[in-house]
Amino acid sequence: MAVREADVRLAVSAEQLPVRKSGLRRFVKAFFSRPVVLVCVAVLAVAVVTAIFAHLIAPYDPNDQNLAESLKQPSAEHWLGTDMLGRDVLSRVVYGTRISLAVGFVVVFIAGVLGMSLGLLSGYVGGWVDTVLMRVMDAMIAVPMIVLAMALGAVLGGGIVNVILSLGIAIVPTYARLMRGQVLAVKHSDFVVAGTLIGASALRNMLVHVFPNCVSPLIVLMTMNLGTAILAEAGLSFLGLGIDPPDPSWGSMVNDGYRYLLSNPLISLAPGVAIMAVVLSCNIIGDALRDALDPRLRN
Amino acid sequence: MATFIARRLIQTVVILFLLSILVFSIMHLLPGDPVAIMLGDQASVEEINRLRSELGLDRPVPVQYLDWLFGLFRGDLGRSIVYNEDVADLVRTRLPVSLHIGLSAFVLAVAVGVPAGIFAALKRGSWIDSLITVLANAGIAVPVFWLAILGIYLFSLKLGWLPVQGYTSPFEDFGQSLRQSLMPVVFLSLITLAQLARQTRSAMLEVLRQDYIRTARAKGLKESRVIVGHALRNALIPVVTLLGLSLAHVVGGSVFIEQVFNLPGMGRLMVQSIFGKDYIVVQSLVLIIATVVALCNLAVDIAYGLIDPRIRQSRSM
Repeated sequence: MAVREADVRLAVSAEQLPVRKSGLRRFVKAFFSRPVVLVCVAVLAVAVVTAIFAHLIAPYDPNDQNLAESLKQPSAEHWLGTDMLGRDVLSRVVYGTRISLAVGFVVVFIAGVLGMSLGLLSGYVGGWVDTVLMRVMDAMIAVPMIVLAMALGAVLGGGIVNVILSLGIAIVPTYARLMRGQVLAVKHSDFVVAGTLIGASALRNMLVHVFPNCVSPLIVLMTMNLGTAILAEAGLSFLGLGIDPPDPSWGSMVNDGYRYLLSNPLISLAPGVAIMAVVLSCNIIGDALRDALDPRLRN
Repeated sequence: MATFIARRLIQTVVILFLLSILVFSIMHLLPGDPVAIMLGDQASVEEINRLRSELGLDRPVPVQYLDWLFGLFRGDLGRSIVYNEDVADLVRTRLPVSLHIGLSAFVLAVAVGVPAGIFAALKRGSWIDSLITVLANAGIAVPVFWLAILGIYLFSLKLGWLPVQGYTSPFEDFGQSLRQSLMPVVFLSLITLAQLARQTRSAMLEVLRQDYIRTARAKGLKESRVIVGHALRNALIPVVTLLGLSLAHVVGGSVFIEQVFNLPGMGRLMVQSIFGKDYIVVQSLVLIIATVVALCNLAVDIAYGLIDPRIRQSRSM
């Protein structure tokens, strides 16, 4: 009798029960198997710390204009030089971290929550709700994300809140479709059917049984979309459709420096390096996450 | 096969129709009064109301929508406030520019990215694989507008090899057109190139692990036959599905490229219209861009159906 129980427990745990401590250790080992992942986590950590403590790290106020000091080359006082209004480039890059990361995280969070809810609903309920929702998602995907975000931004206006809304809405379809696909794959599993049979309400079944088993590809997508969101915000700010001046966004800094490329290339080039470092780290972390969560590798 | 094409065609039409409703709703139902914005702070109430009835914006929304929709079929895309021209005329001059740069970039991305990915997969673990992987990872992390500016800094300002801005049609002066379009096309293609290289590499690696590849080798087939005849055909299937998405990325990137290199294309028109509060143009442009992308996706799906017989027989979603 004891043997039989142990067998059952083993069989069930291999498939569907939540990850136990040994699973976590295995995951951590798989995740950090390549040394570059550690570097990327460090870079992201530095970026987050910089964003939070920007007021302590930056040597000057990023919006402090000083026309007498405009367009200075890098020196001991201004490590990256100054821009055309005499503002310290390094301080602006440091404060830009705040905007880029804030927009990135909030956009991914909003798009994730909204998209996952829609996908969960659509996949679980099925029928005409599913058809209508997915057709609308398909229509939104037909437009390139930037163009959709620009169109939304055109109507909503600039400013950080509207940028977050525009980007968030533009990214929702990806999550919705992925979630729906996952839900469809899991919907007919025994444990879900069992949930309904023992009297769980549809909502409870969705949240407690279906959702946890669908969520890992979406976590990977959210990590990689952090990079996408940061790039998109930089792009919108570069076009002048994003964050309102004079707040420093990396994208708008690249735009500002375009005219002074020959004399002061750092105004444009420095923020771009920052963007690349953060986005590259997000992508590599996303890849490592996907490989570590890959169920095939668990065997 | 014919039913498959017909089904996809109907799906595309439905999606475009839904999109027209979506775009129209965005432009008309979100907060903010476009007429007041167009005329500025100094406009009086009479002026606002007059412009509103001139533009037909005081009619019920569904009527406006149907009017716009039927106008589209007639070729009437509205009139631009900023340029004082018909949108159709604006599009006619600008679409070829965007198509030239965009399609060239797309072809370059596919022609270089896919073979690079295959090569990296075949030489897995070698320094070439590492190099290609690192470059591809960097390529998708880089902001395209920044890279273009870096390119201008190096190749135009420092080295003086290529002109900074400007556009000439290849039909007018091919040499000048080539010199001016080289940087825009190359930089526009880089991100898609990197993405395709990554996806092709992982698809190829996935296929090379399969049992049928081992069987083919065990049968004694030449390695080149194994790769080309068996591995490649199967690996390219997921890559083909990505081509549609890649095209959308190229269109998105072209907005930035046109801005940096000052090319008179659709992306630039859209940015200028947004700044000029020219909502009618923005509305029509979004729909046109989406139509072009949807049609290309349709072509890709049909090609996908031709390559993979399983798709033709499955039910549509």
